[in-house]
Amino acid sequence: MPESGTGLDVRGMIAKKRKSASIRTVVEKLVPRILFGIAAISVLTTIGILLTLLTETVIFFERVPFLDFFTGTKLKPLGEEAVFGVLPLLTGTLLSSAIAMVVAIPIGLMTAIFLSEYASEKLRRTLKPLLEILAGIPTIVYGFFAFTFVTPLLRSFIPGLEPTNILSPGIVMGIMIIPMVASLSEDAMSAVPNAMREGALALGATKLEVTLKVVVPAAISGIIASFVLGISRAIGETMIVAIASGSSKNFTFDVTQSMQTMTAYIVEVTGGEAAAGTTLYYSLYAVAMTLFVFTLVMNLVAQYISRKFREEY
Amino acid sequence: MKYVDAAQVQKKMGTRLLANKLAKNLFFLSTLFGLIVLVILIYRVVAQSIGWIDADFIFNKLSTDPEKAGIMGAILGTLWLMAVVAPVTMVLGVGTAIYLEEYAKKSRLQGFIQTNISNLAGVPSVVFGILGLTVFARALDLGSVVLAGGLTMALLVLPVVVVASQEAIRAVPQYLREASYGMGATKWQTIKNIVLPASLPGILTGVILALSRAIGETAPLVVIGIPALLIPLPDGVLDKFTILPVQVYYWTTDSALVAEYANLAAATIVILLIVLFAMNSVAILIRNKFQKRF
Repeated sequence: MPESGTGLDVRGMIAKKRKSASIRTVVEKLVPRILFGIAAISVLTTIGILLTLLTETVIFFERVPFLDFFTGTKLKPLGEEAVFGVLPLLTGTLLSSAIAMVVAIPIGLMTAIFLSEYASEKLRRTLKPLLEILAGIPTIVYGFFAFTFVTPLLRSFIPGLEPTNILSPGIVMGIMIIPMVASLSEDAMSAVPNAMREGALALGATKLEVTLKVVVPAAISGIIASFVLGISRAIGETMIVAIASGSSKNFTFDVTQSMQTMTAYIVEVTGGEAAAGTTLYYSLYAVAMTLFVFTLVMNLVAQYISRKFREEY
Repeated sequence: MKYVDAAQVQKKMGTRLLANKLAKNLFFLSTLFGLIVLVILIYRVVAQSIGWIDADFIFNKLSTDPEKAGIMGAILGTLWLMAVVAPVTMVLGVGTAIYLEEYAKKSRLQGFIQTNISNLAGVPSVVFGILGLTVFARALDLGSVVLAGGLTMALLVLPVVVVASQEAIRAVPQYLREASYGMGATKWQTIKNIVLPASLPGILTGVILALSRAIGETAPLVVIGIPALLIPLPDGVLDKFTILPVQVYYWTTDSALVAEYANLAAATIVILLIVLFAMNSVAILIRNKFQKRF
């Protein structure tokens, strides 16, 4: 031990400094690893979803042939002679989404045009938050609205309409999607530089002509992406159809009839507490897998469109 | 040679201006359409709930008798659910955002995780319900309790928190970080002492919005297996529970049998909307009051 000549314990101070520095180095090294672990959880969630769906779906297809499932027009999951054909659910899903988009695309796009091109700044600032309220209402409330208000209202016009049908939830779903289409399209249109509008106006175009021939074509990638995301949202929407479209597994294209969508089937089967190990239980995963693939493809298409066809200004 | 036939232009001008005017009104009407539906929806729900919301309705337990039924269980269930979702989603969301913005900036890994998160945001909520049912409720054998529902919901709303936190962290100007490095601080010290405090309002706004999304979701919890009539009040994260929107679902579907259930559903919706409105107002308030503009 070397002797310390002065009153100051310099060596001690150096040792202390080294120690705190080394703790700091350890912390500095540890933190990014911990954070990486946390960030990995979102990836694990995706893997978890894929794995659970895949493993159970494989078992389902061991019992029910792949082709029978995707070409079967009959779905009768209960009873002795259960038949699993997904087409009734697919038509239900596609019909309700189509009806929703017939409502959401024109109204959403026209709303976006009004907000981006015609409304004054002040009007825009009052209207946008109100539309956001529409977007923030839980879907169960829309389901209640479809079931207790829209269906009875439609029944007074359309005599053949069943108490549960695919038309009313389709329309209400469209109303729910309007704010989404409107806000995404408006973002795309607002990104079109004013110089382009002014150029067209200077050539003598009216505002409508500027909108339809300059702004909309320039923003078309964002607008189409908003439509595709809207469709994806409609396909995945659950509570509105679970309440208002009924549970009959009809294979039909008649929108006045009660039909079931893929999402509503999942809710019905899990709500009935399907015993693990039954084919009914595994059918849940096959339907969920189909639904997952549909929405994933839609989302990827939307991302592709907005990336590929974006015009940079 | 004449390039423009003035007479021709003159002749068309009237129709062009008329079309413009008509289109403007049409665009305005379609903007109003959404708002009119909003007004009708709220009017209908409130009208149906009148006379049904009173102290008994709030404080009573569930019951098959519409006159005695109350939503105390669903309110407590909602609070317990928030108690699980808030910390879990905050830790996961903020941690992911810090990693993506501060440590993995512009790397391939960042791109991968980012794409993964935006795809996760597009997965239907009912599929998250299947994940929760399979992993939390069955594989971990938790059953349909608060913890299982809360973890499922936390994963469902995770993208909301991640994106909001990323935006908040990105808004902290680089010179603040550099000043901190200049004082000798390490990277983590800079994040902990400079970046996080500066981005806290934005993060909190995101967490509140995520929570309000979580307590309005129905499908994942129905899939996990929440019973239609649950009498005992939840007393911890390992108890069975129900929340307001799930109660709305069961009362609405059963209103074909007992007509008064529709009124109970409407009354529950009013309470739910008030809660959501309050939460969103708080989020906006935080954003406007504490958000620093750099």
